[in-house]
Amino acid sequence: MKIIIIILQLILFIIVAPILSGLVSKIKNNIRLRKGQSILQPYYNLAKLFFKDEVVSETASWIFRITPFVVISSTLVAAMLIPVVILPSPIYKMGDFLALIFIFALGRFFLALSALDTGSSFGGMGSSREMFISSLVEPAFCLVVFSISLEFGSTDISAFSGIHAVSVSSTVAAVALFLVTIAETSRIPVDNQETHLELTMVHEAMVLEYSGKRLALIEMSSYIKQMILFFLIAQIIFPIAQPGLGNLMQLVLWALWYLARIIIIVITVALVEVSVAKMRLFRVADFLGFAFVLGVIATVCAILGV
Amino acid sequence: MIGNLNFTLLFDPLSLFFILVIFVISVPSAIYSVSYLKGEYSFAKIILAWILLLVFVLSMVFVVTVSNILAFLAFWEIMSLVSYFLVVFDARHEKSIQAGMIYIVMTHIGTAFLIAAFMLMYKYAHSFDFLTIKNACQTMPLQTKNIVFLLLLAGFGTKAGIVPLHIWLPYAHPQAPSHISSIMSGVMIKTAIYGIVRFVIFILCVNSSWWGVLILVLAVISCLVGVIYALMEHDIKRLLAYHSVENIGIILLGIGMAMFFISLNLPYLSIFSLIAALYHLINHAIFKGLLFLCAGSVYKATGTRDIEKLGGLIKSMPQTAAYFLLGAMAISALPPLNGFVSEWLTLQAFFLGAFNVMGGARLFLGICAAMLALTSGLAAACFVKAFGITFLAQPRSRYAKDAKEVSLSMKIGMLFLSLLTVIFGLAAAKIIKLLAIVAGSATGIDSSGMIFSINNLSLTLQAGKSIYLSTPLLALVLIILGIASFAIYKLFGTAKEIIYKTWDCGYYKLDSRNEYTATAFSKPFRIAFSFFLMPYRKTQKIRESFYHVKSFAYETHTTLVFKKYIYDPVLALVFGLAKSMRRLQPGSIHLYLGYIFITVLLLIIFMHKF
Repeated sequence: MKIIIIILQLILFIIVAPILSGLVSKIKNNIRLRKGQSILQPYYNLAKLFFKDEVVSETASWIFRITPFVVISSTLVAAMLIPVVILPSPIYKMGDFLALIFIFALGRFFLALSALDTGSSFGGMGSSREMFISSLVEPAFCLVVFSISLEFGSTDISAFSGIHAVSVSSTVAAVALFLVTIAETSRIPVDNQETHLELTMVHEAMVLEYSGKRLALIEMSSYIKQMILFFLIAQIIFPIAQPGLGNLMQLVLWALWYLARIIIIVITVALVEVSVAKMRLFRVADFLGFAFVLGVIATVCAILGV
Repeated sequence: MIGNLNFTLLFDPLSLFFILVIFVISVPSAIYSVSYLKGEYSFAKIILAWILLLVFVLSMVFVVTVSNILAFLAFWEIMSLVSYFLVVFDARHEKSIQAGMIYIVMTHIGTAFLIAAFMLMYKYAHSFDFLTIKNACQTMPLQTKNIVFLLLLAGFGTKAGIVPLHIWLPYAHPQAPSHISSIMSGVMIKTAIYGIVRFVIFILCVNSSWWGVLILVLAVISCLVGVIYALMEHDIKRLLAYHSVENIGIILLGIGMAMFFISLNLPYLSIFSLIAALYHLINHAIFKGLLFLCAGSVYKATGTRDIEKLGGLIKSMPQTAAYFLLGAMAISALPPLNGFVSEWLTLQAFFLGAFNVMGGARLFLGICAAMLALTSGLAAACFVKAFGITFLAQPRSRYAKDAKEVSLSMKIGMLFLSLLTVIFGLAAAKIIKLLAIVAGSATGIDSSGMIFSINNLSLTLQAGKSIYLSTPLLALVLIILGIASFAIYKLFGTAKEIIYKTWDCGYYKLDSRNEYTATAFSKPFRIAFSFFLMPYRKTQKIRESFYHVKSFAYETHTTLVFKKYIYDPVLALVFGLAKSMRRLQPGSIHLYLGYIFITVLLLIIFMHKF
């Protein structure tokens, strides 16, 4: 039974994750008074990629070939750790909130290596920039986890999925996590998913040599990672208690609110993306430094108990 | 006075643990050296290498087992001297002599601090024996204790290579033959950690909380400085040596926390932190030993340590590449390998600590934890660089092009250690239980009742709130999901795969000169940390005539802050002083006779008066 729920959760993540990206781009286009692509476009893209031939560079080694599988499996493991539906299950014994940071690092490490593997300077550029940004993300992420777990007295992920009052500390932490999410999901102002301009691209430069099914897997893991981070922010800033299984009405309301808060975050991300310009790479250090400071403030607030 | 000297050996859990660390690294390194030395040196030198290796390992074993401070100092000194001979083993390189010089001076400055500390201890205990001193230390005034602590920290800190005493480490470690580098970085600097645990925690007993805080601050600085310098480094062995500075920092984070919690009387947490430190200690020994052996293989196969000249070795040296990758993953704390477990434990110790202390200490621990996270992020970046530039893409020089896989005995050494990175990751639960015994004996806290199963790290204060980490389960799920995604990949869609050139923007003949370099890779870091690294450029135009520039040389360097602002002024002072002293010795025998006369006169006056 528990295993089934976990598998269902994975399938939920796989099915729902691309739509969030579709939504973000749809909202962005509508704000810019464009019609925009369908919100299902990410699915079309994935399907298209699955039926395309794949080109592998002759310089590439087995690192390039296995990376998509490492990336997707580590992202899925991270998705398993996120308690969408809270049930005491053995799978949460796999790791805690802190382990999540390291699991993300696993996929990123291989992706950065595969970018160097083909010998293209775009790959090197992307790899170097991605590792630069992610190493600055980590202290901010760590402090977010720290301030949240100070409130709960545990780094267990399921611990803070329950009810808790929104406090100053958790709000600040959520803002810090939002900045981290922008950097981790390669969105403006840190990176831009829509462009393939060599001077600015980070994530896109890393995966430039991938095509076909392997690219589909990597895209898929980006979608899932984005959804995980959105879930975390939602859980911190809009905490919600899970109702018992008996009351159908409550359950429906719960599910709707559950969905609504993700949508709120999606809209916020889209608004941020259309309203700011992309930063120069070296200003990203300031941006993430700000996230770090917010993390410190959240920790101070958590210590003060507000 | 010599009467109470006894050379009994101590085999308590702490010593046994360090003996284990010594042999776990030394044995594969010795096996490795069989073919590493062959062809590189003459027969006589190989014999010499083996003898030195034997004495080196034995002296380390004695350092961690003797039970009185005189014997400790003697073996400490033998260890330092033998390692000096090993550093200058390649005496034909001028660099080796220079590195040896820096090493021997620094290590003796360290020993001087140790001797001072031991003399103070002896003054109170009137004995050289560890246990007698331990008892005497309980009545030692706090002021003296503080001084002894600082002396010990400076002494062992020099050996461990904590910033700013790390200056010798990046010179000495890379210069030794690779199997020795692996033992030096993997094990020898750990004897300094043994010293800190044995003398500060076990003998001196911690009772001021600023001790732990001081160590934590130094550790954080070591972590960051070590990893930032490593990022700038292109010499693969020196890069690894800088990572030793970083990892010593991580180990000291655990030690510092343990001391901090002991002073706050939180036994459970102090044991937990010490476990984290010791776990990271043996893990670092394993993966750093492994990485140095791999670096040695690369050096043996290509004849260069400059990663800018390497590349593409994953095809010519597939096994070495795989071992290096495992080591790189372990040191970057990627699950489910051993480095991940111990860094997770260290971070967890910060978190658990913060739940149990109050006020500003919480924030302090939080920021330390964040700095550890930053360190591990930077370390991952550094190893993407180290592995990516060395092993991936196309060879950047003919040395790299002609590389061949190394011979069997070297492979065995590397294979053994890379298996250990996996085993120490997966068997975490068992190992933590064993380490709890070691930590218990070192701190004198009864740890037998404490539950340290990694599957159930339930804390005493918060019942019902447990933290979980299960590396075997994590590994299993990772593999299952990886296979599942591979199956989906194989079953659905088209199966056509075309092997073709890397996309070259329509520019033909993309070659290794178009590849990203290590310098370019680390450029964002160089700019972001420019306040510390102070990079500068050297440019030179080589002209054929006034009008035509034939070539353009461009170098980028970083300023070694500690060398420039601490060591160079001190050295200049010492040399300046020596220079002015030289005037006393002009070579005239008459003057010397005058000196003797004045000395005798002064002595007579001195004896008469006092």
